[in-house]
Amino acid sequence: MNLFQLVWSYLRARPLTTALNIFLLALGISVITVLLLFTNQVQEKVSSNAKGIDLVVGAKGSPLQLILCSIFHLDFPTGNIKLSDAEKIVRHRLVKKAIPLALGDSYGGYRIVGTTPEYPALYGAALETGAWWEKDLEVTLGAVAADRTGLRVGDTFTSAHGLTGDGHGHELSQYVVVGILQRSQKVIDNLLFTGIESVWRVHEIGEADSITLLHPSTLVSTREAGDSTLEITSLLVQYRNPLAILQLPRYVNNVGNLQAASPAFETARLFSILGVGVDVLRGFALVLILISAVSIFIALYNSLKERKYDLAIMRSMGAGRRMLFLSMIMEGAVLTLLGSVAGLLMGHSALYAFTFLAGDSASGLDPLAFYPAEAVLLGANLMLGICCSLLPGIQAYRTDIHRVLAGN
Amino acid sequence: MIRVSGQAYQYPGSRRIAFQDFDIGAGAHGLLLGDSGSGKTTLLHLVGGLLRAQQGTIEVQGTDLAKLSESRLDDFRGKHVGFVFQKNHLITALSVEKNLLVAPFFAGLPPDLVRVEEILRSLGIEEQRHARIRELSHGQAQRVAIARALINRPGVILADEPTSALDDRNCEKVIRLLIDASEKQGATLLVATHDQRLKKIIPHQIQL
Repeated sequence: MNLFQLVWSYLRARPLTTALNIFLLALGISVITVLLLFTNQVQEKVSSNAKGIDLVVGAKGSPLQLILCSIFHLDFPTGNIKLSDAEKIVRHRLVKKAIPLALGDSYGGYRIVGTTPEYPALYGAALETGAWWEKDLEVTLGAVAADRTGLRVGDTFTSAHGLTGDGHGHELSQYVVVGILQRSQKVIDNLLFTGIESVWRVHEIGEADSITLLHPSTLVSTREAGDSTLEITSLLVQYRNPLAILQLPRYVNNVGNLQAASPAFETARLFSILGVGVDVLRGFALVLILISAVSIFIALYNSLKERKYDLAIMRSMGAGRRMLFLSMIMEGAVLTLLGSVAGLLMGHSALYAFTFLAGDSASGLDPLAFYPAEAVLLGANLMLGICCSLLPGIQAYRTDIHRVLAGN
Repeated sequence: MIRVSGQAYQYPGSRRIAFQDFDIGAGAHGLLLGDSGSGKTTLLHLVGGLLRAQQGTIEVQGTDLAKLSESRLDDFRGKHVGFVFQKNHLITALSVEKNLLVAPFFAGLPPDLVRVEEILRSLGIEEQRHARIRELSHGQAQRVAIARALINRPGVILADEPTSALDDRNCEKVIRLLIDASEKQGATLLVATHDQRLKKIIPHQIQL
């Protein structure tokens, strides 16, 4: 027999109340846990996808759309920009690296990206099988895109316009798969990579000159620099030094129809918009936790009435006041601890179920990742439980044994 | 051994009750007789250290209770005094065995399962060892309460109206049980009651 066994026996003697209290608390904690995991991991995923990209240059329009389109491949392009304008940016002394993107077509819902090998290299992509694209119309697939479309090395396909599978097709030019990338848990898993020249060719834009070029373009080496008829979608830019933060966006916005969008700024803006919903859910969860705290308090306080003889008898058997106080505090602590642990498990299970059901669209969410904030949550709840049992504990401490046992 | 001298008690807003002095030697039995409201329970609680004396002295097992601090008094009760109440006040959340084991736990003594078995057998309730309190008959519950009072081998056993709710046959049985158990471990027994049937069994009587 020890104090914990005693406390546990009391909890077990009221199974329904105990279960309800644990469940109420677990519900609140699980909502908080899911929010915590979700926001943390989405933010991690977003920042890992935007890593190494300081600025996106594209056609004028919504800067958020430009970021969503060029980095996360979730939205449509804002329009096209002239290759000659893009080259002006590349030549700027504050630009360390610039990667061109030509977007617009897809296959089976997965976007075809015309770019240079620098783009997948930005995410540390490595080949699983086959090779990188080199010649026109050769394609290297991201792991998820390969999985879902069922394309293998050597297969051929025609692209569709837009992002949905049923857009009108470009029947004349057939892409051929030459390689598949390893899974990276980043956005490149969902992309099909090819050269910019291939995208132009599918859209029947002037054939590349076969003669030796006098001044090859810094972005597309098969073309003469300064071509004002060719267009790309956007340019991913890496700064040479922090000075660029101030100067480059202003410079970009003055060239042709170009606009500069900062991934850091736009994603922060996006989170602040989403944050309202997260705050509402979090508030709801906090209300749940508060209700469960009140419920635990009421349960303990009510049990004092039934237990006043028990408490007096315990004192008559030699239990000190502090022992009775401690037993109440322990009861509150055990309840909240069980509720919190159950809540954390429920939260992780919910996220696990979500990633399981949502499949690839939830790739990169890890339900088994634990964060220090969860330990803080656990500690805070324990404190809450102890606070709820303080008053019942004090009442137990004050039990007047003589009065109770004499029955008056 | 119990020695009571110069005791009187006054509840706030109530008349003062004075008690006569008395002694009960080690291993002897005494009866506190009186009608309801005569202060039997008050005196019994004073002797058991459940209530602080307002005057005079109370010695139990050679210890002056007034000299003990609150926590020392708790400890003293646990180790030297066993209580049997009219309503048995068993802890319903616990089994019979656990009800007995809380006594050494609260008294700071090591748990002794052999002692639990021995005392349950001597009271004829070893079958109920793992039963829940709610499953017990009244007689069984009373035996468990007596077992709980005895388990720490206290030098003094205090019983408050242990027989008043019982018929003649059971009354005799219970008081014999208490006397036998006290004698077996040489404990002093003090029974507070208005039950006149006990007069012929315990000759040493203190009339209130």
